[in-house]
Amino acid sequence: MRKLALPDEILLSIQQPARYIGGEVNMCVKDPESVDIRFAMCFPDVYEIGMSHLGMQILYDMFNRREDVWCERVFSPWTDLDPLMRQHKIPLFALESQDPVRDFDFLGITIQYEMCYTNILQVLDLSGIPLHTSDRGPEDPIVIGGGPCAYNPEPLAPFFDLFYIGEGETQYDALFDLYKETCSKGKSRQEFLMEAAKLPGIYVPAFYDVAYKKDGTIDSFVPNRDGIPARIEKELVVEMDEAPYIENPIVPFIKVTQDRVVLEIQRGCIRGCRFCQAGNIYRPLREHSLDYLKSYAYKMLKSTGHEEISLSSLSSSDYSCLKELVTFLIQEFQGRGVNISLPSLRIDAFSLDVMSKVQDVKKSSLTFAPEAGTQRLRDVINKGLTEESILNGATQAFRGGWNRVKLYFMLGLPTETREDMEGIALLAEKVAEAFYDEVPKEKRHGKVQVVASSSFFVPKPFTPFQWAKMCTREEFLERAYLVKDKFKEMKNKKSLKYSYHDADVTILEGVLARGDRNVAAVVEKAYEKGALYDSWTEHFNNDIWMEAFADCGVDPGFYTIRERGLEEVFPWDFIDAGVTREFLVREWKHAMDETVTPNCRQQCSGCGARTYGGGVCFEDSN
Amino acid sequence: MKIRIKFAKEGIMKYIGHLDMMRYFQKVMRRAEVDIRYSEGFSPHQIMSFAAPLGVGVTSRGEYVDIEVLSTDASSCMIERLNRVMTEGMEILSYRRLPDSAAAAMSMVEKADYTVRFRKGYEPADWEHFSKGLSAFLNRERIPVLKKTKKGEKETDIRPWIDWLRTEQDHSIRMRVAAGSAANLKPDVVIRAYMESCGEKLDPFALTIHRDEVYGPDLRPLDQFGEDIE
Repeated sequence: MRKLALPDEILLSIQQPARYIGGEVNMCVKDPESVDIRFAMCFPDVYEIGMSHLGMQILYDMFNRREDVWCERVFSPWTDLDPLMRQHKIPLFALESQDPVRDFDFLGITIQYEMCYTNILQVLDLSGIPLHTSDRGPEDPIVIGGGPCAYNPEPLAPFFDLFYIGEGETQYDALFDLYKETCSKGKSRQEFLMEAAKLPGIYVPAFYDVAYKKDGTIDSFVPNRDGIPARIEKELVVEMDEAPYIENPIVPFIKVTQDRVVLEIQRGCIRGCRFCQAGNIYRPLREHSLDYLKSYAYKMLKSTGHEEISLSSLSSSDYSCLKELVTFLIQEFQGRGVNISLPSLRIDAFSLDVMSKVQDVKKSSLTFAPEAGTQRLRDVINKGLTEESILNGATQAFRGGWNRVKLYFMLGLPTETREDMEGIALLAEKVAEAFYDEVPKEKRHGKVQVVASSSFFVPKPFTPFQWAKMCTREEFLERAYLVKDKFKEMKNKKSLKYSYHDADVTILEGVLARGDRNVAAVVEKAYEKGALYDSWTEHFNNDIWMEAFADCGVDPGFYTIRERGLEEVFPWDFIDAGVTREFLVREWKHAMDETVTPNCRQQCSGCGARTYGGGVCFEDSN
Repeated sequence: MKIRIKFAKEGIMKYIGHLDMMRYFQKVMRRAEVDIRYSEGFSPHQIMSFAAPLGVGVTSRGEYVDIEVLSTDASSCMIERLNRVMTEGMEILSYRRLPDSAAAAMSMVEKADYTVRFRKGYEPADWEHFSKGLSAFLNRERIPVLKKTKKGEKETDIRPWIDWLRTEQDHSIRMRVAAGSAANLKPDVVIRAYMESCGEKLDPFALTIHRDEVYGPDLRPLDQFGEDIE
C-alpha cells in the first residue's frame, strides 16, 4: 500500500477522506530520484472544486510529459482537517507522493477568484513555507502564482516569488530549463529569480518598487534593478491545435463539481461585454479544429470511463464548427450511454433542437444571461442580447416542452437607473407571459417557472469598466429590495422567483480585484484572525475582514467607491494584457454614450490583440 | 447474460464509500469496454447491482457485483482486461456466468466471514485472558445488544447471528456472522458487546475489519453460483 501522510485515525474521522489519499485513475506517479524538478500544483480550495478545474489538469498533463519533472497536486485541507494538521504537526503534502510540499522545488498556485486569497496563506502556512517571499531561504520551494487573478497580482505581491501572467502552456518549459541550469551551476535563489524575471510573462514582485502620491494612488511603478523589464506582456497560445491537451484526465473517486470529460473548444471571446474580464484578457478568440476535438473526445472518454462529455468555452455558440461537433458527439457517443452536456449556448432553433436530443426537456431548464433589465443598460455593457431574441428563444423553448427558464442579471452596473432595475422584473414577467400567450393550453406541460437572480457588479482590471465606481453595500441592497418589490407587483408573480447574492462578499471582492500592495497586509491580518474559505457562504465572516481593514488602517472604500480618473496609474498597469489602454478608454466612453461595439467577426475594433498574429483577427485571411 | 464479478477492495480503497464504489465500477466498465447492458429510457444506466455494501474503513477480498452483458470474452481474459484498468487496492478475483434464473447477489447474501484485529496501541493487555473470556462469552445463550433506533433504543439478541468465532495465534479474531437484508451483524458489534460485558469500552478506532467471504444459501460463496466462461 502507498504511504499516506495522514494516519488512519485522522482519515476515518474526517469528511471525505478521499480528498487526501490520491491513488485515482490516471494519477501520475514517478520515481522522485529520477526527476530533476518536483512541482506541487495547488488549487487553493477544496478537492472537489480544484479537481473540476480544467487549466490545472492541462498543466499537470503537460508538465508530466517531461521526464525530468514530476508534477503533483495539492488542495486546501477542509476546515475539519486544518486544525488536526496543526495539532498533530503534519505538514501539507502533495497527493501523489504524499511528501511534504516544503520539500518540493516549486509550489505553483492557480488563482481563479479573489475570495481564495486567505486559502493561499493557509496552504503556505500548513506547508511550513514562510508567508513572505523575503523570509524564504534556499530550502523553500519557489512559490509561483498564475490564473486570471494574476492579472492584478498586487494584493498578493509579498507572498509570491513570481507570477506567471497569461496562459501556462508557453513559458513553463523555459522556466524549468532555467531552473535546472541554475541548480546545476549552484546559483542562488535570488539569481534564479533574476533570470526568471527576464522571461516573457514572468513577474517577480520583489524587483519592482511602487511609490504613491499623497492621495494614495500610484505615482510610479519601476524595476529596482537593472535588466528587469518595466512591462510584462501576457503569454498566450497562438495556435491552439499545437498546444497539448489532456489525454488522461484524473478520475476522482468522489463526485466532484465537474465529473465529466471537458473539451475546451476555443479560448477567448468575440463578444466584448464591457464588464467581463475573461472576454478581454483571453483575446483574441482562438479555436481548436474539429479533428483535434474529435480525437481528444475519443481518447478522454476511453481513458476515464466518464459517462458525460461537456464543451467548455466562454460562448460555445460562436464556435464555427459547433453544428458538426455536436452532431458528431451525438452520433458517436450517445448510443453508448454517454451523456452530452452543452453549457453556454445561445438559445435559438439549432440549440433547442440539439438540446432536445441530449437532455430530458421536462427536467432541465434553459438559461439566459441578459445581465441587465433594459436595452439601454444592455447597450452600456455591450451585451448583444435583445429582449426580442430572449422572448423568441423562450417562446420556442416553451413550444419545445421546456417550462423552466433561468435569467441572470447584475445589479449596480455603471449608469444603472430605477428603470433598469425594475426592468429585471418586467423582463421576467414578459418571459412568463410569452408562455401563456404563445403556448396553447393543451400543449403546456405544467406551469411556467422563471427564476431570476442577480449578482452585484464588481469592476475588474483590464475591462472597460476598470474605471467604474462600485456601489456601497447599502446601495446594492437597496437596489435588490427595489427589484424584489417590483417582482411582487407582477401579475405572474407566482411563476416568478427572484434571488440576489451576498453584498458583503461582493464589496470585499471589489477591494481585492482592484487592490494594490497595501491590501496584502489586510489579507494576512484577516487570515491570522481566522478568515478561510471566504468563497463559501457558510465560512465567510465579514466582521473579521472589517476588523482587519481597521487594524491595518486601510479604507476599503478607496478601492471600491472612489472615482477614478482616466489618467490614474492602476496597480496592474505594468501588465500588457493584449487589449490596449486606448481601446479600454474608448470602450468606457462608448459605454457612457450607450453605444454598442460590434463583435470581432462583424468588425475589428482595434483592441490590440491582433498583434499576437492569430485567432479570429486573421480568420478571413486564411 | 448475467455475470457475477468477485473483487477485492484493500489498501487506500477502504476510504472509498459504497456510493462512490458504484460510480467507480460504472467507469471501470467503460474503460475496460465491457459490453454491458443498459436500461431503456431517456437516461440509460448500466445494469449493475452489488451484493453487500462495505463500510468505510473496512477492507475485503470477498466483494461481489452482478452485471448483465450482451457479449463477453472468456473469464480469464475479462479478469485481465478489468484488472488492467483498476486502481491500486482493487483487484478482480473472478468473473463468472450465472444461470439466467439466478437471483441477484444482494438477495442471496446470508453469511459473511470476517477477520478482526486490534490496532497497535489498542490491543488487550492480556491476549490469553481476552481470548478465553471471549470464548466463554460466546457460550452464553443470549447476547443482548442495545441498538439505537429512531424511536430510542431497542434490545436485540445477536447470539443467533454468530455461527462461530475463534481467536487465532496471530492475535486476530475470525468469525462467521449473519449478513444480508434479513439479519446483518457487524463484527465490531460482537467485540464491543463482549468488552462491555467486562465493563470495558471499545474505542471506535480500536479495530481493523476485513471481510474474507460472503455466502449465499447452503453456505456457498457467491461466485460458486456461476461458472467460468471458457
